[in-house]
Amino acid sequence: MCNQAVCLAAAELERNGISTVALVLLRSVAERVRPPRALALPFRHGYPLDAPNQPERQHAVIEAALRLLETPAERGPLLVDYEPAPPPPPARPA
Amino acid sequence: MRLRYHSKSGLRPVACSSTLSPGGRAVGDLSEFSLPIRMFLRGYRWRVVDPVPWAPLRVPLARARLALFSSAGFVMPGQPAFDEGIRGGDPSFREIPSDADPAALVDTHRSESFDHAGMQSDPNLAFPLQRARELALRGRIGSLNHRHWSFMGSITAPGRFVAETLPRMAADALADGVQAALLVPV
Repeated sequence: MCNQAVCLAAAELERNGISTVALVLLRSVAERVRPPRALALPFRHGYPLDAPNQPERQHAVIEAALRLLETPAERGPLLVDYEPAPPPPPARPA
Repeated sequence: MRLRYHSKSGLRPVACSSTLSPGGRAVGDLSEFSLPIRMFLRGYRWRVVDPVPWAPLRVPLARARLALFSSAGFVMPGQPAFDEGIRGGDPSFREIPSDADPAALVDTHRSESFDHAGMQSDPNLAFPLQRARELALRGRIGSLNHRHWSFMGSITAPGRFVAETLPRMAADALADGVQAALLVPV
């Protein structure tokens, strides 16, 4: 239900002229509710910005959302999948 | 990090990404929920935004004022908790000052359908106040609004939320001069 709530909030803000980007954890909900701009995340509920106490991973998600906000488009809606950067390869043994 | 644009003209069902989170979850996967919740979600009549409003960003983000909106149910110390006892969901909201200590935010979202450990350990995970401040310091955004908005996600009957809460939050944000908003579910 969180996904519906943020999608509906995004729509109301956008009706008032405020540009929005909504993160969603269930893309199927975004497809039905239709927020103006949404970034679909592959994370579990409770973990919308990827991982706790990892600012760079959180910034990566936010940056993807901000890029969507900056995407020039004449009209919406826009829905984009977020793909986390792959984890770094294991260090080679010395 | 890569962005994939599925549609510029509308939302269309697309194949699920093969990308898995560290938690092993595919995009759109309901498997993390219990069977009763999965059944409820499959039968639920979702609200549909129609027509879809569209407000392009009128200024460069580096000059825009940003506000956060989160459905994680956080409150400030001293603010009343969200009431899980309200039938259909608590439609109220709380204002979170921009200078609040994120670590002080209190999780009052009592839903047992997701793991609270991450956001209790680091509220920025669902209410990225410190991350937003860093964006302002870096100049990625113009400024951070002096207040942000917290509400509940477990709203199954969103009539009052749509008719009363959202217009009030939007009017307040507009009055503040907010130009861009990041919305975070939990």
